[in-house]
Amino acid sequence: MRKKHFIAFCLATVMAASAFTGCGNKETNGGNDKSSDGKVYYLNFKPEADKAWQELAEVYTKETGVEVTVVTAASNQYETTLKSEMGKKDAPTLFQVNGPVGLASWKDYCYDLKDAAIMDQLTSEDFILKDGDAVQGIGYATESYGIIYNKKLLKEAGYTEDDIKGFDDLKSVCEDITKRSDELGFSAFTSSGMDGSSDWRFKTHLANLPIYYEYQADGIDSTDAIKGTYLDNYRNIWDLYINNSTTDPKQLSTKTGDDAVAEFVTEKAVFYQNGTWAYSDVAEVGDDNLGMLPIYIGADGEENQGLCTGTENYWCVNKNASEADINATLDFINWCVSDDTGVKAMCGSKGAMPSGADGMGFVIPFKKNLESDNLLVNIANNYVKDGKKPVTWNFTTMPSEQWKNDLGSALTTYAADQSDANWDTVKEAFVDGWAKEAAAAASK
Amino acid sequence: MEKAIKKYWPVFLLPTMAAFTIGFIVPFIEGIYLSFCKFTTIRDAKFVGFSNYIEAFKDETFPHAFGFTTLFAIVTLLLVNILAFAIALALTQKIKGTNIFRTIFFMPNLIGGIVLGYIWQLIFDGIFSHFNTALKLDANLGFIGLVILICWQQIGYMMIVYIAGLQAIPESLKEAAMIDGANKRQRLFHVTIPNMMPSITICTFLTITNSFKLFDQNLSLTGGEPLHQTEMLALNIYQTFYGRVGYEGIGQAKAVIFFLAVVIIGMLQLRLTRSKEVQQ
Repeated sequence: MRKKHFIAFCLATVMAASAFTGCGNKETNGGNDKSSDGKVYYLNFKPEADKAWQELAEVYTKETGVEVTVVTAASNQYETTLKSEMGKKDAPTLFQVNGPVGLASWKDYCYDLKDAAIMDQLTSEDFILKDGDAVQGIGYATESYGIIYNKKLLKEAGYTEDDIKGFDDLKSVCEDITKRSDELGFSAFTSSGMDGSSDWRFKTHLANLPIYYEYQADGIDSTDAIKGTYLDNYRNIWDLYINNSTTDPKQLSTKTGDDAVAEFVTEKAVFYQNGTWAYSDVAEVGDDNLGMLPIYIGADGEENQGLCTGTENYWCVNKNASEADINATLDFINWCVSDDTGVKAMCGSKGAMPSGADGMGFVIPFKKNLESDNLLVNIANNYVKDGKKPVTWNFTTMPSEQWKNDLGSALTTYAADQSDANWDTVKEAFVDGWAKEAAAAASK
Repeated sequence: MEKAIKKYWPVFLLPTMAAFTIGFIVPFIEGIYLSFCKFTTIRDAKFVGFSNYIEAFKDETFPHAFGFTTLFAIVTLLLVNILAFAIALALTQKIKGTNIFRTIFFMPNLIGGIVLGYIWQLIFDGIFSHFNTALKLDANLGFIGLVILICWQQIGYMMIVYIAGLQAIPESLKEAAMIDGANKRQRLFHVTIPNMMPSITICTFLTITNSFKLFDQNLSLTGGEPLHQTEMLALNIYQTFYGRVGYEGIGQAKAVIFFLAVVIIGMLQLRLTRSKEVQQ
C-alpha cells in the first residue's frame, strides 16, 4: 500500500508541475502576441559590442514598441552559432557574414537590400556585397589595424616614429631594442601568441599583406590560386615578430591574446599588432603615448602604405523570415545608422550610450558618421589625410576557415624551429592549401 | 503488484519511450538522411546521393584520425583497465582510509572534459616550457598528454565498477581455493578474474567507446595541433562540418561512418568478453 501511495504522490507532483509550466507558457505567449507587427532578432558577431547592442535594442523597443532580441555568439563561434540558430523556427532576422567567402554559404538566405531605406544612407558602394544585381550584405563598420606602439618606450630606446619609414627601419629598430632589452627593460614586440584567442592576428590579419601586394601586382581582387609572390616578405616580418618579442618563439603556442595586451599595457614591449577595436584594451597606456604604424613587409611602394582598413562585418537580412519581421528589421538597421541615438551609440566611445556606458566606437560608412573619439581611428584617418594608401582587407577572400587554421598551425611549427623545411610547410599551407580549399569550395 | 504492472505498463514505459524517440531516434534518422544531402541548415537539405561519402573517403585527414583514434583507444583500454583494476584490488584490502582514497580517485570524473583539457594544458605546458617545447608542437607529446588526461579522468570511475565486482565475489569461493592450496597468484587469475568478467565487460566497453567518442578533451587539450596530427575522429568530423563552406553534408557522412565503426567495434568487444563470463 505504501508503494502505491508513493507512486500516486509522484504522479500528482509531476502533473502539478506540468500544469504550472503550462501556465508559464501561456503567459509568455500572451506577451508575444502584443507585438504582432514584426520583431527583430539580431545575431551579433562582436562580443565586445554586446552590451552596447543590448542597450540599443532596449532603447529602440521603448521608442517604437518593436521587440528586438540581440544574441551574441561567443568569440570564434559565430558560424557555429549561426548554423544552429538559422535551423530554428525563430531564426535570426538579422545576421552577419564576413565577406564574399562567408556570403557563399548564406547567399540563399539573404534578402535583397537593393530597395531598402538604409541604402540611401550609404556614402560609398565599396562596402556592399553583391550577387549579380542583388545587394546581399551591407558593411556597417570599417576598422583599421596596424602595429600599435608605445611612444614613450620608443623614445626611451632612442627612436621616434619618423625613424620608421619601411621594413628595413622597423627591422633595425627592433633588433637594436632586442640587443639592449636587458638594459632597457622591455622588448620590441609583444608575444605573437598562437593560441586560438590570438592566432587570427597572424594567420589572417598579417597574411593579408602578402595577399594584398600580390593582388596589387596582378591587378586582381580575388583568386582561386595564390602564387605566394610575397611569401619571403611574410617570412621576414614573421621572423621579426617572433625573434624580437617578450617570449621564446618555442612557447608561442601557449600564449593568448590577453597575454599580449598585458605585456603592452605593462610596458614590457613597444609594438603590438592589432586594430582600432583594441583601443579600450590599450587605452591605459594613455592617448599621448599611443601611436600606430603600418605593417611594413618590405614590398615595393610601401613608403606610401597606410594602415589596413576594411570591414568583415556585413549585415544580412534573413529572407526566410516573415514579411513583418523583415520590415521590422529593415526599419531597425536604418534607425541604427540614421537616428541620432543609434548613430551615437555606434560611433561614440566613452559614455556614448544613453545610460552613460561606452559606445561601440565604429566608423560607419553612412552619411551620419560622427567624428570618432577613438584615438586609433583618428590615427588611421590621419594616414589617409596624409595621402597614404590604405591596404584593403583581402583576407575576406581566403578560401576557408580550414585554410587559416592550417596556415596558423604551420606558422606555430615554424616559430618553434625556424628551418627552411618548416617554412616550406608554411608555403605549402599558403599556396597549395589555397588551391585545394578553393577547389573544394567551388565543387560545392 | 504483477497484475498492476501488466495493466499499467504503458504508464511506466511511454514517457521514457517518448523521450528516447524525440531525443534520439528521430535525430538519428534525420542525421542519416542528412548525410545524403547538401545543406547549410537542416531546413534546406537537398538530396545528393552518395557523393558525401565519396568525398569523406577522399579527405586524407580522415583515415589519419581513424588510425590515431584506434591507437589511442588500444593504449587507454589497457592502461585504464589495468590500473583501475589494480587500484580496486588495493582498495578492497582491509586497510585504513580506503573510503577516502576511493573518493579521491573518483573525483576527477566529476569535472567536465573541456575544463580538464585546459587545466592539463596549463600543467603540461608549464612542465614542457622547461624543456623548450610545448604540447601543440609535437604530436607525440600530444598523444601522451591525451593518454595521461584520460587515465587520470577515467581510472576512478572504472575503479568503482571493479570494486563493486570484487565485493560481489563470495568469500566462500576464495576460502575454498585457499584450502585447496591455491596461492595468491592462482587465486587472482583462476578465481577472482573469471568471476569479475561481467565488470570487465562493462569497463572495457566503456573505455573503448569513450576513447573513440572522445571530443572535449581533444578539442581543449591539443585542438588537433600540429596540423591535424592529434585530431581524433569526433574532432575531425567537427572540423569538417565547420571548417569549410558547403562541407556540412560530408561531416555528416563521416559521422555516420564513425557511428558504424563504433558499433561494430563495440559489438565485437562485447562478444569477446561475454564469452569469457562464468556462471557462479
